[in-house]
Amino acid sequence: MSKLLQLHDFSALGTTSFEQMRNSAAQSGCSSKGGAGKTGCGSAAGPSDLPPEIWEKVKNHPCYSEQAHHHFARMHVAVAPACNIQCNYCNRKYDCANESRPGVVSEKLTPEQAARKVVAVASTIPQMTVLGIAGPGDALANPAKTFKTFELVTETAPDIKLCLSTNGLMLPDYVEQIAAMKVDHVTITINMVDPEVGAKIYPWIFYNHRRYTGVEASKILSERQLLGLEMLVARGILVKVNSVMIPGINDEHLIEVNKAVKSRGAFLHNIMPLISEAEHGTAFGLSGQRGPTAQELKALQDACEGEMNMMRHCRQCRADAVGLLGEDRSAEFTTEKVMAMDVEYDLAARQAYQAKVEAERDAIAVAKQRELDKLEGETASIKIQVAIATKGGGVINEHFGHAHEFQIYEVSTAGAKFVGHRRVDLYCEGGYASETGIEPILKALNDCTAVLVAKIGMCPKDSLAGAGIEAVETYAFEYIEQSVIAYFKEYLERVGKSEIRHVARGDATIRQGAFTEA
Amino acid sequence: MAYKIVASQCTGCSACEPQCPNVAIFEKAGTFVIDPSKCSECVGHFDEPQCVAVCPVDGTCVIDPTVPRYQAA
Ligand code: SF4
Ligand code: SF4
Ligand code: SF4
Repeated sequence: MSKLLQLHDFSALGTTSFEQMRNSAAQSGCSSKGGAGKTGCGSAAGPSDLPPEIWEKVKNHPCYSEQAHHHFARMHVAVAPACNIQCNYCNRKYDCANESRPGVVSEKLTPEQAARKVVAVASTIPQMTVLGIAGPGDALANPAKTFKTFELVTETAPDIKLCLSTNGLMLPDYVEQIAAMKVDHVTITINMVDPEVGAKIYPWIFYNHRRYTGVEASKILSERQLLGLEMLVARGILVKVNSVMIPGINDEHLIEVNKAVKSRGAFLHNIMPLISEAEHGTAFGLSGQRGPTAQELKALQDACEGEMNMMRHCRQCRADAVGLLGEDRSAEFTTEKVMAMDVEYDLAARQAYQAKVEAERDAIAVAKQRELDKLEGETASIKIQVAIATKGGGVINEHFGHAHEFQIYEVSTAGAKFVGHRRVDLYCEGGYASETGIEPILKALNDCTAVLVAKIGMCPKDSLAGAGIEAVETYAFEYIEQSVIAYFKEYLERVGKSEIRHVARGDATIRQGAFTEA
Repeated sequence: MAYKIVASQCTGCSACEPQCPNVAIFEKAGTFVIDPSKCSECVGHFDEPQCVAVCPVDGTCVIDPTVPRYQAA
């Protein structure tokens, strides 16, 4: 049941190591870890790059740093079920779509139960470094429960970072308290800065003892969101902005949103696809409003990236999921089990694990740089996408048939860059190919040239080949980015020798529905 | 003299509970209920009944026809 990361021992590389890593990251195309002031991809580290105090805050946060999310896990607890606005992409019977997937229900906890659960998980899983309070509901529509939970957790587990997600309506009123509780990350969901657009997304808000509707509601909401953002930034609290991309409603407008939040100092902008299925019973689901395709989402993220850091690895986890990457161990930590557990909080062991990870991350950055140097002199304009099967640790270590999701990297002579992940249903269930077969996986990976895996059976390998996707086992248990670049180099060579012909790939599907694996 | 909550529709989200000026709302078996002897229909406090305004499911907080409308004293 428990999945342990494979960590090798590396001697620590000294105090400059993160500096080096940041530099090499900045040189090799941007992932989501740069600074708010960064103006473009591939720029060398400079004064505009991430200030050390911010890097210190985000480096172990799986939601903020694409890299960290291979090594660290966050957990959400659902203590705040009430909400004060209505979104058309939300059905209040289920979890909030703001930070989690619609269509699933998280277990509601009291602050006391939640704190106990957090400590139990943190003692079992040293990777767990971040506690978030997100949906269902709005953390700040339930201020008493939210802050009580934070207080209880901080008492026993002072090393855990706290973050909360909010729609921003009540944010200005609680900025002081957020700062006092040392919450260091706040996520605000901002889907518009134009109330006319907002009116198509929010039917109403509850504010100042009144229900407001239409443009008036969105005007208040937008003003409160941006004010809250400014107030947090003024206090040095990191702010991530989440936006739900709704084709035909706010897709183009999100470029405006991106500018507005960037100019106010948001650190990261995360554009997520709308998830809308009729069976979730949301207003959008029922009206047939579709979500974006993988290509539409990527195009928008690319359009915004010149402006600021985009976060492409958000997996819209269910609110009470526990674990690394697509893994979910929440079944081990039900309230019943947690209440019966004997928990001892071992701070030293957690710190030892975290030190080991730092060393490992340095090694990954060095290996990537080494591989990248080999691409020097290559000028081909080819750009391909490669899918990776991993269960964490920054290593290609998952069997094709056991993968719940694939990480997608875009690679060109400029380097390898993480562009997203694709969730899939298990192909292999207890040794047998699953009922739905390989079709959905082929669709999800349709824009990839290859998939790098730890292992794969003959049958799926052939199906992939039939769809024009090469399955590669040669990089099993190697570092991801290094391998992606190495594969690309070899690919270029084969194209050069006319062994294969480079073909541009099509679009891919974003899987709808909830991640409900327990 | 009161509002009531249609239990079959209530999601148990608790949004109404802290909004009630008369502390008339409490949790009971997973959903929320209004104590009719405490509910003043928000008369004298707010223009709109707060539970109705905040509830995400329309038609869940409704006038209870079995009790007479609230009269301000
Ligand atoms: S939903 Fe996104 S932001 Fe929230 S924990 Fe998951 S990855 Fe992080
Ligand atoms: S109508 Fe007003 S007083 Fe009555 S239960 Fe609702 S909020 Fe409370
Ligand atoms: S606000 Fe509505 S759905 Fe939520 S607990 Fe109150 S009555 Fe139930």
